[in-house]
Amino acid sequence: MPRRVKDLLAGKVLLLLTILAALLVLVMIAGLYLKSKPVLDSHSLSELLFSTRWRPFRGQFGFLPFIMGTLWVTGVAIAIAVPLCLLTAIYLSEYAHSRVREWVKPLIDILAGIPSVVFGVWGMLVIVPFIKDVVAPFFKVFSTGYSVLAGGIVLAIMIFPVIIHVSLEVLRAVPEEVREASLALGATRWQTVKRVVLRKALPGVAAAIILGISRAFGETMAVLMVVGNVPKVPASVLDPAYPLPALIANNYGEMLSVPLFDSALMLAALILLLVILLFNIASRAVLLRLGRSVR
Amino acid sequence: MAMDRRFAEERLFQGLMILATVLIISSLLLILLTVLLKGLPYMSLDMVTRTPQGGYYLGKGGGILNAIVGSLYLAGGATLLAILFGLPVALYMNVFSRPGARFVGACRFAFDVLNGVPSIVFGAFGFTIMIFFGLRASLLGGIIAIALLILPMMVRSIDEVLRLVPRELLDASYALGATRWETALKVAVRQALPGILTAVLIAFGRGIGDAAAVIFTAGFTDSIPGSLLRPAATLPLAIFFQLGVPIPEVQGRAYASALILTLMILIISLAARLLSRRLTRHVVK
Repeated sequence: MPRRVKDLLAGKVLLLLTILAALLVLVMIAGLYLKSKPVLDSHSLSELLFSTRWRPFRGQFGFLPFIMGTLWVTGVAIAIAVPLCLLTAIYLSEYAHSRVREWVKPLIDILAGIPSVVFGVWGMLVIVPFIKDVVAPFFKVFSTGYSVLAGGIVLAIMIFPVIIHVSLEVLRAVPEEVREASLALGATRWQTVKRVVLRKALPGVAAAIILGISRAFGETMAVLMVVGNVPKVPASVLDPAYPLPALIANNYGEMLSVPLFDSALMLAALILLLVILLFNIASRAVLLRLGRSVR
Repeated sequence: MAMDRRFAEERLFQGLMILATVLIISSLLLILLTVLLKGLPYMSLDMVTRTPQGGYYLGKGGGILNAIVGSLYLAGGATLLAILFGLPVALYMNVFSRPGARFVGACRFAFDVLNGVPSIVFGAFGFTIMIFFGLRASLLGGIIAIALLILPMMVRSIDEVLRLVPRELLDASYALGATRWETALKVAVRQALPGILTAVLIAFGRGIGDAAAVIFTAGFTDSIPGSLLRPAATLPLAIFFQLGVPIPEVQGRAYASALILTLMILIISLAARLLSRRLTRHVVK
């Protein structure tokens, strides 16, 4: 084959591959939508989203307990992770010696690779007994330990690396001159951080937090192992919960035997995908714009 | 007075920051320590050289060779598949398209977004593909799901490396009469090889540690898969399933699996870091 023809052919094939790969997310939405269509056709959307009745064997599929479970666990995780991660990122970016930063940053990145099942094992061994024997008695309530709080703590630790990594990058991108100008006016370091650096980095930090939220939203195995999996809307952080990803993962066996059940689970996956896409698109767009303005 | 308060606030927040940093690092290290202390007593030669004996839910004997081999097959196959599709895509974005093309920016964005999609959704989607093709839970199903999961990160990390290849180098190749295809394979790939290997290792590490994408697609079994269409055990699921069994020996296998998986991933990620530092020496700067 002549070289030019080969080159032309390669160009076309590669373009096709690239388009296909980039459109994968649309293919996923379409596939999951087709699969969840039977349950969407036979139930109204408001019933599916806002009913608390989850009785697959009677054809009742109310997702509210699972949606609320996801929101509770994610909320607790974010409440724990955001202040700690911001303080750490500010410390590493503004205060720590560069040698400390060069050590801690790769350490945190490497730990980001620990698989989620391992976080789950740790949660079962350490956090669940801690909540059962220490936290719950302290508040004079009974808890098995398998609770929203356990899920939230484990999730918080899992999203530490994501939030720290992105916000550290955003903080480092704030030009040094801006800091110097503030310090030269007699501001303390903390005042400089609070009034100048954070204000400039705010959109990026927000994007980092949203990325953390979307990671927490879809995290499955670790949460599934410590959260108790009771399909009821939780009333406190010491109650068990049943987040959406856990619902999908736990029921893979029965999926095909109960009518509409598989369709309902695919709908759960679709809801998860759409929510996370929204969050991801928002935070990526912010980061992209920031990257341009810095340059 | 105002001065004092400013410095008191400075001190307070510095203290809080150091506290937060120490807390975060120690919580992550505590996880490693727990896995090590729990897993170490169960580590033995049998654990890594034998499959479970007498059914994995109840059998007390044997080891987790099924899961080790299954995970290596699965992550290896998925990585291979992801390179097969990911490398050409990254080459298109950097060598074939015009520099700074809108289309390429849109693709980067799409892959970044796709990279945030949780693995359980890839698992569910992989499952629908398998039903479509009439495939049962098998090594092949798991490979497809994991390949889809790691494809976006593979494309983006190879893309980042290829972006660093100097434009002049490609121009020099064109000036000698080479076509884009030849330039892509013989210049760009060779120049970016260390970075590509690092990307491949990182993707492999992500693939081997994932449980949610394989839970419906790869299944679980006590034996080592003999073909692509047989179910395959994986380390993450070996941990998950065996931990739930109230028999100390079976739980021990779960702890040993957790230790082995964690060590594998730490070694892979350290190797990736060292590799990217080492191999860059032989590259035209």
